[in-house]
Amino acid sequence: MSRIGVFICHCGENISRTVDVERVAAQVGTLPGVAFSTDYKYMCSDPGQGLLKKAIQEQRLSHVVVAACSPRMHEKTFRKAVESAGLNPFLCEMANIREHCSWVHEDRDEATAKAIEIVGMMVERVKKNRVLPTITVPVTKRSLVIGGGIAGIQAALDIADAGHEVVLVEREPSIGGHMAQLSETFPTLDCSQCIMTPKMVDVANHPRIKLYTYAEIEHVEGYIGNFQVTVRKKARSVDEDKCTGCGVCMTKCPVKKIPNKFDQNLGMRPAIYVPFPQAVPNTPVIDRENCTKFKTGKCGVCQKVCGPGAVDYEQEDQLIVEPVGAIVVATGFDLYSIEEKPKGSAIKGYGEFGHGKIPDVIDGMTFERLASASGPTGGKILRPSDGREPKQIVFIQCVGSRAREKGISYCSKICCMYTAKHTMLYHHKVHDGQAYVFFMDARTPGKSYDEFWRRSIEEEEAVYIRGMVSRLYQKGNKIVVMGSDIAVGVQVEIEADMVVLATAVQPQKGADTLAQKLGISYDKYHFYSEAHAKLRPVECATAGIYLAGACQGPKDIPDTVSQASAAAAKVMTLFAKDKLEREPIVARVREAGCVGCFYCQKVCPYGAVEEKEIRDRQGNLVKVVAYVNPGVCGGCGTCQATCPSKSVELDGYTDEQIVAMIESL
Amino acid sequence: MHHKEKHAFEPKIIAFVCTWCTYAGADLAGTSRMQYPANVRVLKFPCTGRIDPVFILKAFQQGADGVLVSGCHPGDCHYIAGNFHARRRFAAFRKLLEFVGVDLGRLQFSWVSAAEGGKWVEMVTDLTERVRGMGPMREFKELGLEEQWSGAIDTPELREAYDSI
Ligand code: SF4
Ligand code: SF4
Repeated sequence: MSRIGVFICHCGENISRTVDVERVAAQVGTLPGVAFSTDYKYMCSDPGQGLLKKAIQEQRLSHVVVAACSPRMHEKTFRKAVESAGLNPFLCEMANIREHCSWVHEDRDEATAKAIEIVGMMVERVKKNRVLPTITVPVTKRSLVIGGGIAGIQAALDIADAGHEVVLVEREPSIGGHMAQLSETFPTLDCSQCIMTPKMVDVANHPRIKLYTYAEIEHVEGYIGNFQVTVRKKARSVDEDKCTGCGVCMTKCPVKKIPNKFDQNLGMRPAIYVPFPQAVPNTPVIDRENCTKFKTGKCGVCQKVCGPGAVDYEQEDQLIVEPVGAIVVATGFDLYSIEEKPKGSAIKGYGEFGHGKIPDVIDGMTFERLASASGPTGGKILRPSDGREPKQIVFIQCVGSRAREKGISYCSKICCMYTAKHTMLYHHKVHDGQAYVFFMDARTPGKSYDEFWRRSIEEEEAVYIRGMVSRLYQKGNKIVVMGSDIAVGVQVEIEADMVVLATAVQPQKGADTLAQKLGISYDKYHFYSEAHAKLRPVECATAGIYLAGACQGPKDIPDTVSQASAAAAKVMTLFAKDKLEREPIVARVREAGCVGCFYCQKVCPYGAVEEKEIRDRQGNLVKVVAYVNPGVCGGCGTCQATCPSKSVELDGYTDEQIVAMIESL
Repeated sequence: MHHKEKHAFEPKIIAFVCTWCTYAGADLAGTSRMQYPANVRVLKFPCTGRIDPVFILKAFQQGADGVLVSGCHPGDCHYIAGNFHARRRFAAFRKLLEFVGVDLGRLQFSWVSAAEGGKWVEMVTDLTERVRGMGPMREFKELGLEEQWSGAIDTPELREAYDSI
């Protein structure tokens, strides 16, 4: 016979204001199996937990129900307390009478009646709870980092410096990400490449970092501590071990006029190329779509000129399986393209700003490449259309961002600051030029940020106009920008030589596909979701996977680097243990009942169901049944609801437990 | 303080929800102090994938007048794809219920994410009001489904029978 203890929490007044806790305690005290029932001001407090432990020991309780807040809040707390009193933690359940009762119902009688039912339901459930053993799994102390921008680089370096191996996977031919594209960075105006490239070299030289560039994540299996990640290393057509990085191939390649994506298509590159001179690794890749050899079979110049014979046209994609214990996702952002509407996207394009039609309407990243000393113009601000220096330049902020009707209602966070920076860089380079900025508000919270923004106005003479641009059109070689200044309530019209759009920050393309491979969740914009917005901002709800940088939401460099180091710290915390305990909520097969239909195997999202042969003493095969690998099972219970013979059961959520709850109502 | 109406009939609503999305959404309704009818009792599952349609029958048989099943939006399942299996299962199950003559107005399937406290409130309120108008559910009350329970497999007799096969 069970001896259940029930503990009703007042939660200060949060529960007791609408729920008559004494009445609940008295009422559930009469339920069969309940040996002890009481109420207390704060169950989660130290004395509250002490009361619980004391009662377990003195009353020889067999099961515990704590009626308080949501189990999502304190289930762990109470299960720990119960464990320290000598009971199996899974013999403790919580009844949620705060979030699901006292906070949502005003009528005291109604709320009290409901609380009694909720507690009664959990009493019936806990009776059927079984002792669940702790499951321990080994930890593979290697980490995968996805994305080689500043976030991924920082996380990889931190983890590797702590003594653990890191596998860093980057989709592009070089690491560096967007930060390598930038000219100067706010609020200090230090050169981005000067602070970025040494870190890139550190990654390349680190004895514990294994770098895969031009590679993507193909497939992810496993769980915290024990992931198996398949990496697709795309064919580079150049043997990385043989290549010395001399670059002869690139100078000799007859195809020369391919727009270089790294330079926002302003500069040109050959068909065999490195995206930029400081690329890491400094091994070229053949862009097979534009290479004459791949298109027509003729050419082959690069192979002929390559001294070490590194060019290999036959090279194929390679699939490599890497065992890792933790994953840091740092896939970064992309800029909202307003040239074309992404197909099937809820987000609509901004045809009205003429981006893609008018050559001198560019986006912020293109301006970065123009301002960059290593960019296509050598750092001169010149118009893409005719190479002249623009004397009047208009910046438009919030293009795409904060526009609910366009499908992006969030603030992209970095544009106010980088636009201020752009006006400064412009003023430094074009002394007689004038910058105008159309803006909604200036959002500059951050260390030394507001001072920086004010400097752009007070010292660098940028003219800020509060209001949006209504129309923009080409007139001769000028762009006429019409908008309203809502601060003074007048219409303004500026004849500009160049227009720079601060387009919205969006997650990388394919962020959703990667999330599905990893089993992590994302929001409606496809930014990855953290486990808790405030208290667990770098962890995913999926254990063992962590987030760093703008893949989680728009972020500037300081925030990105902080989060990357935080993610690395989380990985190190995980790696500090040799073995991990995991929740023992896993499925088990009752072999006697299993008919071997393997429906469970078909529906299991984790591929946890294996085949197991049952043999008699003579070794003859009796039948093949399902076996759930407890290390792989995610604990969803889909198998149980599917099994036609009711032969597989999810511990902690058995039919018996659920039926007991339904029957109590 | 709002004025409470007295109704002749207060339905019993049982909600089967997943931990990660709808349960969390209902928690959010609580932390936001939204108000909704007290008729609903929430049963938490790891995933909608775990929700056996038999539980719905059991709930009706047990006196529920309305049943709500809700989990993560398609594509957002914490367990990758459990909710897709659930959706298929419930699509078929709805047809079956319709065929045996249950008014589908009593059964609500939906997706409520952890961020949609408001949607949870709306759904519970709508269903409660709808079922209030429909009156008590009588159809399944007398139906004995006991023998179909896998829980019952745990009786010593059945166990023995199983083990001897
Ligand atoms: S669905 Fe049930 S009977 Fe079929 S293989 Fe799986 S456990 Fe065995
Ligand atoms: S509970 Fe069943 S379906 Fe879900 S992961 Fe485990 S074995 Fe697979």
